[in-house]
Amino acid sequence: MTTLPDGRGRFGDYGGRFVPETLIPALDELEAAWHTARADEVFQRELEDLLRRFAGRPTPLGEARRMSADVGGCRVVLKREDLCHTGAHKINNTLGQVLLARRMGKKRIIAETGAGQHGVATATAAALFGLPCDVFMGALDVERQALNVFRMQLLGARVIPVSAGSRTLKDAMNEAIRDWVTNVRDTYYIIGSVAGPHPYPALVRDFQAVIGSEARAQVQEVAGRFPDAVVACVGGGSNAMGVFSGFISEPGVKLVGVEAAGLGLATGKHGAALAKGRPGVLHGSRSYVLQTDKGQIAEAHSISAGLDYPGVGPELSYLKDEGRLTLMQATDAEALEAFQYLARLEGIIPALESAHAIAAARKLARELGPSGLLLVNVSGRGDKDMDQARKALDALEDAKRKPRRAPPHRATERGKPPPSGASDHRREVRPAGPKRAAGSSSPSRKASAARKRPAPRSTPRRSR
Amino acid sequence: MTEALAAPSVEDRLASMFAAARDRKEAALIAYLMAGDPDLATSKLAAVACAQAGADLIEIGMPFSDPIADGPTIQRAAERALAVGTTIADALAVAAHVRARSSVRLALMGYVNPVLSYGLERFFQDAARAGVNAVIIPDLPPEEADELRSFADAVGVKTVFLLAPTSTAARRQAAMQVATGFLYFVSVTGVTGARKALPEDLPEQLTAVRAASPVPVVVGFGVSTAAQAHELAQVADGVVVGSAIVSRLAEEGSRAARVERVKRFVKGLKRAMKR
Repeated sequence: MTTLPDGRGRFGDYGGRFVPETLIPALDELEAAWHTARADEVFQRELEDLLRRFAGRPTPLGEARRMSADVGGCRVVLKREDLCHTGAHKINNTLGQVLLARRMGKKRIIAETGAGQHGVATATAAALFGLPCDVFMGALDVERQALNVFRMQLLGARVIPVSAGSRTLKDAMNEAIRDWVTNVRDTYYIIGSVAGPHPYPALVRDFQAVIGSEARAQVQEVAGRFPDAVVACVGGGSNAMGVFSGFISEPGVKLVGVEAAGLGLATGKHGAALAKGRPGVLHGSRSYVLQTDKGQIAEAHSISAGLDYPGVGPELSYLKDEGRLTLMQATDAEALEAFQYLARLEGIIPALESAHAIAAARKLARELGPSGLLLVNVSGRGDKDMDQARKALDALEDAKRKPRRAPPHRATERGKPPPSGASDHRREVRPAGPKRAAGSSSPSRKASAARKRPAPRSTPRRSR
Repeated sequence: MTEALAAPSVEDRLASMFAAARDRKEAALIAYLMAGDPDLATSKLAAVACAQAGADLIEIGMPFSDPIADGPTIQRAAERALAVGTTIADALAVAAHVRARSSVRLALMGYVNPVLSYGLERFFQDAARAGVNAVIIPDLPPEEADELRSFADAVGVKTVFLLAPTSTAARRQAAMQVATGFLYFVSVTGVTGARKALPEDLPEQLTAVRAASPVPVVVGFGVSTAAQAHELAQVADGVVVGSAIVSRLAEEGSRAARVERVKRFVKGLKRAMKR
């Protein structure tokens, strides 16, 4: 475990507390409560018990055998955070923070959420302890992630849509901070990432460090050594810091953070704050931030709502500058492909966030070769992404087909472009790498095809 | 250059403003508006109008995309200002425009990221050159402000820190040690914006802070009516009105009508400053 942050909450030049004065005493109070809780065996035992019996820890470290074969023999092991209760690593942190809130005598829980995973994990932990819970969510994300909104409501939380700014995670966090400023005396704010003012980046990292400490023991057990590299996706960075913290003290282990390249780094529509941002202050701490040349916060873009954030945790910013962090990126398209790839090769549908890590791991594994050992953190499962993935895959397929257009006779026949959907054929998307049984099609593909106008089945899809 | 900018002492200019108000048996009236809202020309006219209507100090807001200390009224103002491309340079231009026409005291208020992006040293040099007397950064508490203070001190611009109802005795003490110009007491536990009622213990809190503070103490956040302002004028060295001015400027009407509406409102506030 690292010794950072320092007493001022700094990781080198990053971190700190850039929030209104009203909140500073609450942050002091939180820091003090965390210090005593950390040293309190009763607290730690209760948390361990919850993680084991409620969240389902420890999560397994699985072998990705078919993926290993596909990438040329590099051994790939997957840390299965997707198997946590609520479907992602987020629950590790929310259980810890709710315990802390109860210990501090707070009467109400608030949180921000992007994709809804942190919101669901917070609502779950709040329900478990009978605390009222308000979750702030960008209005756009409320539309995009309707299923998770329903899940949170089912868990008894109130979901508050935020219609300011870009109407996404960044704005949800602004509004959560404003609520906290207003209700700070009795409200506990559960931040979901290793971001925000000190002590949150350290606090969330410590609650997520369970991923790394388990993975460290597990990989030694199954492989008898440390991996050559540990790969995790990076939005704010909580799953990455969680798994990295188990290996940060091993200089031989490369720490690979995979950021969302969105539509491509060159397009400006991405979420790669570490690769393309510059140091600035967002949501209470100094870190790399996507921003304009005037210092206004830029809008991020990613197919995955969890990576659709213009900032990143201060500790990751520090690790980047120190040269300890290796940065990679995956575009929306690469993530979508990796999403299908892991499903078909390993029987695991990863979250779109985690699919970014898989996409990078495929490249990295080829470089490492047969003697390599790669550990990938599968931070969450993809159930929440079904709707969005299906839409995106359809759109991708349409885009690919565009240059070819419809068969000429159809266009000339009517003397005008075919109506929407007229050039549609049976939908079928397959990942570039693995082979699969001809003719098989997932239920969602079929459902998608059924909505469309039927097209001749005789024409085989172009093969890749 | 630096010496020329620093003289005459800006601290004197703020201190003399508070002293003059005291002599008139008034609290100082501090009017806030956002640079570039709804456009640069209107905000310049409105700032001058505030000065003419009797404001003693004008806080010029520098818009930011993610204003975490602001309620909806000033959030919308920032969105409008950013939509027309308002920058820190524009906020400085508003200050210079007012300074050329009035001796009213001027403060710039905004969030830290655009200021860092502009460059701290350059920001304070340009602020001093534009006739700015003080800078207020609500997301920069004293413990993060060492570098900023050194650049501000170098050109004689004052750095104003905020105290909140939640601030502990130790934090109040610490803020008083670093405060120059004046201290800004946040009236409510919350963000900026109109409130129907202010906390009952506010006068008590203000009296205690003023007794301990080496610099004048102004109060702001949530003050929206002349009656509220009048009540606070009895217990503070100055009263800040922001959202209530911003919303009057935002209401429908021609540029002249909007500015006139603001001017009338500020005149009423000025009368409310009497003790």
